[in-house]
Amino acid sequence: MKLFYFAWVRDKMGRDGEQIQLPEGIHTAGEFIEWFKDRGTAEAEVIGASEMVKMAVNQEYAGPSHPISDDDEVALFPPVTGG
Amino acid sequence: MIRVQREDFDVGQEINRFSNDKHDIGAVCTFLGLVRDLAGDSIKTMTLDYYPGMTEKELSKIEAEARARWPLTDCVIIHRYGILEPGDRIVMVATASPHRQAAFQSCEFLMDYLKTRAPFWKKEDTGDGEQWVEARASDDVAADRWTENIE
Repeated sequence: MKLFYFAWVRDKMGRDGEQIQLPEGIHTAGEFIEWFKDRGTAEAEVIGASEMVKMAVNQEYAGPSHPISDDDEVALFPPVTGG
Repeated sequence: MIRVQREDFDVGQEINRFSNDKHDIGAVCTFLGLVRDLAGDSIKTMTLDYYPGMTEKELSKIEAEARARWPLTDCVIIHRYGILEPGDRIVMVATASPHRQAAFQSCEFLMDYLKTRAPFWKKEDTGDGEQWVEARASDDVAADRWTENIE
């Protein structure tokens, strides 16, 4: 799975993305977040931050029940502040 | 039309381009967003980050939504990324329609949706350090008005 980070999520993770192998048993965006949170300190900080992180799957906003697979492009980022 | 670009743009030129040769346009409404420094000298630069691919997709969806709701003859959304300074142009939205109400309303709708949906992020550099701008709840409220309007 291709994983991308933007804005302060990228700063906290110290990289703009990575290629990961999706662990078995993870089929939804919500399950992914639970797994990601427990992966390391930076990850826990990103998911636990007061400003709720958003998730996109294949460049579309995704809620917790959105299905995901190893072929997907997933992105984690803060609420948007353009305009 | 959607454009996400590093370069500056010329508002007059953009409006002239899209209303040329079209005589069914009775109203053009334009919104221009600039880098703001309310304190006068607190912001040195503002960096605009975005998600290439998804940003264009979201803007296209927002444009399609506006065209479905109002009779628009034309529509342009230009948003810059990269390092900007106070006073620099960030975003331009312009709508053209036979009637002014559609032009006014769709222009405001496009900005409200852009601010809450399009993946852009601002980072301010005050000279003492850089800080990501936090999202504002008032922007969500502004965007939600358009949902209530349908119901």
